[in-house]
Amino acid sequence: MSKKMRQDQGQQEISLLSVTRRQFLKQMGIVGGGIFVYFNVGNLDAWSLTKREGFLNAKIPTDFNAFLRVGTDGKISCFTGKIEMGQGAITSLPQMLAEELDVSYDAVNLVMGDTDLCPWDVGTFGSLSIRHFGIVLREAASEAKGVLKELAGDILKQPAIDLGTRDGFVYVKATPAQKVSYAQLTQGKIIEKHLDTPPLKPHTEYAIMGKSMLHQDARDKVTGKAKYAGDIRLPGMLYAAILRPPAHGAELKNLDLSGAKQMEDVLVIEDGDLIAVLHPFPDKAKKALAKIKAEYTTPETGLDHDTIFDHLQAVAPVGKTTSSAGDLETGRGMAAHSLEETYLNSYVAHAPMEPHTAVASFENGKCTVWASTQTPFSTRDRIAAVLNLKPEMVRMITPFVGGGFGGKGEPGNQAVEAARLAKIVGKPVQVAWSREEEFFYDTFRPAAIVKIKSGIDAGGKIVYWDNTVYFAGEGGSAPIYDIPHSRTVIRGEWRQNDPGSHPFAVGPWRAPANNTNTYAQELQIHMLAAKAGMDPLAFRLHNLKDQRMIGVLEAAAKQFGWGSTKSADGRGYGISCGIDTGTYVAHMAEVEVDKNTGKIKVKRVVCAQDMGFVVNPQGAKIQMEGCITMGLGYALAEEIHFKNGKIFDLNFDSYQLPRFSWLPEIETVLVDNKDLPPQGGGEPAIVGMGAVLACAVFDATGAKVLQLPMTSERVKKALATI
Amino acid sequence: MPESIRFTLNAKPVTITAEGDRNLLSVLRTDLGLTGPKFGCGEGICGSCTILLNNEPVRSCQMKVKDVEGASIVTIEGLAKDGALHPLQNAFIAHDALQCGYCTPGMILTAHGFLSHTPNPTREETIAAMEDNLCRCGAHKRIVEAIQDAAKTMKGGQAS
Ligand code: FES
Ligand code: FES
Repeated sequence: MSKKMRQDQGQQEISLLSVTRRQFLKQMGIVGGGIFVYFNVGNLDAWSLTKREGFLNAKIPTDFNAFLRVGTDGKISCFTGKIEMGQGAITSLPQMLAEELDVSYDAVNLVMGDTDLCPWDVGTFGSLSIRHFGIVLREAASEAKGVLKELAGDILKQPAIDLGTRDGFVYVKATPAQKVSYAQLTQGKIIEKHLDTPPLKPHTEYAIMGKSMLHQDARDKVTGKAKYAGDIRLPGMLYAAILRPPAHGAELKNLDLSGAKQMEDVLVIEDGDLIAVLHPFPDKAKKALAKIKAEYTTPETGLDHDTIFDHLQAVAPVGKTTSSAGDLETGRGMAAHSLEETYLNSYVAHAPMEPHTAVASFENGKCTVWASTQTPFSTRDRIAAVLNLKPEMVRMITPFVGGGFGGKGEPGNQAVEAARLAKIVGKPVQVAWSREEEFFYDTFRPAAIVKIKSGIDAGGKIVYWDNTVYFAGEGGSAPIYDIPHSRTVIRGEWRQNDPGSHPFAVGPWRAPANNTNTYAQELQIHMLAAKAGMDPLAFRLHNLKDQRMIGVLEAAAKQFGWGSTKSADGRGYGISCGIDTGTYVAHMAEVEVDKNTGKIKVKRVVCAQDMGFVVNPQGAKIQMEGCITMGLGYALAEEIHFKNGKIFDLNFDSYQLPRFSWLPEIETVLVDNKDLPPQGGGEPAIVGMGAVLACAVFDATGAKVLQLPMTSERVKKALATI
Repeated sequence: MPESIRFTLNAKPVTITAEGDRNLLSVLRTDLGLTGPKFGCGEGICGSCTILLNNEPVRSCQMKVKDVEGASIVTIEGLAKDGALHPLQNAFIAHDALQCGYCTPGMILTAHGFLSHTPNPTREETIAAMEDNLCRCGAHKRIVEAIQDAAKTMKGGQAS
């Protein structure tokens, strides 16, 4: 037995484990044995550690982070704090595991987002699941395979080197009929293994990774069986309806609960700021809520969806320079043409079709919460803090999540509300936000301003680029072109609500910062190309050095047939280049603009993406299509209107999501780059949607639409200034 | 006042005792324990709560339970026959026409109603029919393809 592997029989071994781990194994029902692999990344070399550095610098912790079990039935279980919200991790993670372990895809069972069964995890966002967690997962699988081979060596009387693995068996390479199954090998043994850095299969040997797989959860989802948080029903459960203020910053002045209290079977709860009515039926709880009389004073901030941009610039922190090259003064001296523009982007909502929902229940002092969340562990900790419980006395279970897009991370208020109410009433409670609550309490993508000053020389080379970003954040702000003199200054982040900046909560929205930054930069580039009198594709290629970017741009151009046809009147072609979560992406689009109404019709969108090795090509394409379709929304229509803390868009009547009739022809291209480990796939293809359409509108009409979304009014206004 | 209301739910007769003005979606999801019809907007805008009422898609969040007295209701749970999925369900799986899946029951049932009137739809007709069903994940392209494909399989609406 090599390395730190410990093998033992039963109890004796378990007593050596730490308390948490011992509990853990108990929860797993270890009877009968199995191989367990912990991902302990504490003693890895620096390079391996950087691989694991995640979003917001959150590192995958040095304690075990995921947990893999080769069961005595030969089935592989993987316990991960990641959750499934439509991005397809439920399909691609088992693919990776099956590949490294040499078992069939069907032999892998994934347990997701359960804080009692799964080790700590930072959360599901930033396209991290495959990019970071996936590597660790494969290493664990490879480690487990090593253990299995050593065990088999004893039985088959062969050194591990002469053994191969296939389909859940270890066999002797020279005489393949001599074999032993994983199930036999793990029988009666409990083996604990900490992870070193075992070798991973080279992509040339992949049989399962790289294959298109249908969504594993599809059957349950087309039959209505798939359970989301709102589908959890417990005996005696009550549904809560919660009193909400009419505006952010409003204060409760008068409250009359008598109307609700008179209703049959209605429980009225007043717990500090939480005022709720509960009933065994949700519609009745809602009716009871309507009986509550509450008066509020609302603040006069003077802030609305128009004045917010001046306000944000006035209160922006000094900021930090996040990238720079050369000397701007020198660059300005070299310029033959200059272009200075200011771009605005509006608040947008996440608007998942499933509103925030949670069910909480107490049993023997332990609180179990089923919630639609992207961050089960931090939500658990928050509930524990609010209820003054130890974290292990709170268990979060994450059923299917009906869309997240960054909006179902922290703070997890609906879960906290359910837990508070369940504790007070001593019965299970479901809190399911209405669509109005969902909009009101959303952590919007922040409104933002980007100011770019730039110039080109007589030969069409960009010579300086001076970029200041207010409140969008850093993602996608560094210039992707080869510019000798440049500077990027970030003033205000997307995630932190600097006091006095946004009038409500803001947070991560699919590809944080990047949608805004790419829109501003690429429209600027398109307009610079016009100043240079160059074709916008030629201009980009002329100014690019990065080979991966050139690769995706050329792939998009080839698919699109760039340059082969001249755009007809009112029609235009756009381009966008972007980088997100390690993935390179280029868009090309054709739009038709009605110059009288200002209405934009998107005819066609081509998107080429280099995301390194592609685990599930079909899954990757679905994410790209989803990004393109969702991106039509923030580009053309989605915008939160508000005044004095009151949100005017509270449902889908005024807040327009992309609809079937908006659907352009969508073509996606995956650029082959097998040697690079898998990169992000859940969000890159959305970053260029504002940009590519704004560039296409500029191409079609000459109108510079300097604010997203490009509503008909804004397009008409821009047309009028030509 | 609670009253006794009878209807057929997924081919089985049911009787419930409830105030007639109770919200139908709530009754289906709580009193009757279904999980297929989903709450999305509560205002009849998104289509997540779609059910078939006498074979026509309706938005259950906009209905009162007394409105279905004597009617036949089919939810997504009742679409498969004897364990065999409906061609629309198969097509949604085959085309991977879903991501988070929350809009899926409503999409399938809306398409079901549409195909029963328009067995050989053009792409444009399908798009128009689905216009008022919302999907935030952006599965639209594949949903359209799945419906077109299911229509072919159903060859003029035989399987229903
Ligand atoms: S929930 Fe009924 S239409 Fe949206
Ligand atoms: S698949 Fe998520 S809303 Fe349609």
